[in-house]
Amino acid sequence: MLMPASNAFEMVSSRQTAKAPDLFPVVASRLSFVSAGKRIIDEASFEMQDVPCTAIIGHNGAGKSVLLRLLHGLLRPSGGTISWGLKQIGEVRAAQAMVFQKPVLLKRSVAANLSFVLKRRGLRGDDLKSNTAHFLELADLVSAANRPAHVLSGGEAQRLAIARALATRPSVMLLDEPSASLDPKASAAVEQILRQTMADGVRVILVTQDIGQAERLADRTLVMHEGSVAEQGPTKQVLEHPQSGEAKAFLHHHL
Amino acid sequence: MEFWSAFSIAFELISSFDTNLLEIVLLSLRVSISALLISAIIGLSVGAVLATFEFAGRSTLIIIVNALLALPPVVVGLVVYMMLSNAGPFGWLQLLYSPFAMIIAQVILITPIVIALSRQALEELNTTYDEQLRSLGVHGFEKARTLLFEARYALLTVLLAGFGRAISEVGAVIIVGGNINHVTRVMTTTIALETSKGDLGLALALGIILLAIAVIVNIIASSFKQLEGRYRYAYAG
Repeated sequence: MLMPASNAFEMVSSRQTAKAPDLFPVVASRLSFVSAGKRIIDEASFEMQDVPCTAIIGHNGAGKSVLLRLLHGLLRPSGGTISWGLKQIGEVRAAQAMVFQKPVLLKRSVAANLSFVLKRRGLRGDDLKSNTAHFLELADLVSAANRPAHVLSGGEAQRLAIARALATRPSVMLLDEPSASLDPKASAAVEQILRQTMADGVRVILVTQDIGQAERLADRTLVMHEGSVAEQGPTKQVLEHPQSGEAKAFLHHHL
Repeated sequence: MEFWSAFSIAFELISSFDTNLLEIVLLSLRVSISALLISAIIGLSVGAVLATFEFAGRSTLIIIVNALLALPPVVVGLVVYMMLSNAGPFGWLQLLYSPFAMIIAQVILITPIVIALSRQALEELNTTYDEQLRSLGVHGFEKARTLLFEARYALLTVLLAGFGRAISEVGAVIIVGGNINHVTRVMTTTIALETSKGDLGLALALGIILLAIAVIVNIIASSFKQLEGRYRYAYAG
């Protein structure tokens, strides 16, 4: 049985462990991360407000992906703190889902990649079937349900990774350059899913190199430069009237 | 003349499904498959724990397992013999010169292989999967289980390597089995005995079967390796 996508999203947002408004603002204070003697995040301080989508942009090596992993709790800060609302990072992990730049799909069918996550949530029988069907439809992969996941194209694989992340019922989705290696059409399909996600109340934090993508999706944008936040604010303001030299340089390079 | 007549006797024995020959082949398979099953349970569990858990003594354990890879079969035979002989601590079990004794010796020989190779395969996979699984909240034994399933094709190849070692082993099983006719006579020990007796026909027949098993095992192993990539381009376009 298939339901329209909007219903699927209601199911995503119901019974969440922590509601999005409880998780914001995200406050980072003098956040540092050092690896092999290199300061990848260097005393970054910023505050993320409760908006549908926040973009993190910046050069390669600016520390965007590491920042995302720190926000998700996959890495521990070497110094400073991050707090999500009033909670500590451990408590909010379950309310987050992360989509990696290169999706890691399980070596099973497309449908089994989704049911893996759904079964962990305790779904069985008809519930499991109908939920798997929702997320297949959400990812526009109904006809690929029984294919091995590793034969999917880049765009299909990324849509499956996003659907699988949504199947955990997150309040916040963290995405690391989800359309970096996709063609414009596949990229547009990913953006469409993200728009639906936001419409359902799931907050999106998006690392991207694509300024156009930030402009299309993000309410607020944060520009990173050499491990710290060079500028942050409403996307339109940051992109059109950057104040800092670093943000100006980055944007000039890309426009 | 002797040389060519050995071949004709060998083919004669194989093509007529000689009962004596068949008995030896079946016992070999029974012993080595039993040893493989036991080693698989122990080896894959230990391999998965070593690959996914951090604990004190982990690196020492890995060094020990790697050292055990080089265990000389005759030494294993000697130790198992001493343990199972009437004077030994397990003498009361009366297992010496039985197929069980041979299974024990083979388990000791191939379990380190299964542990070491599965650990390597799982650790490699873990570098790719670690962040994704942690992100999904998959930890501990659930993570180990998930990785075991994800590595299933590689692990089948690992088990086949263990089986290959078990079935071709002679030094340990001849000591603990005693090469008793109709009881503990397996392919390798029979080849050793018959060759020394000058009865090359039976030895050669068993040699040919042993080789055939090795070839079949390798074909199965490489088909497992291909299985993963089989569909890779099937749906392209």
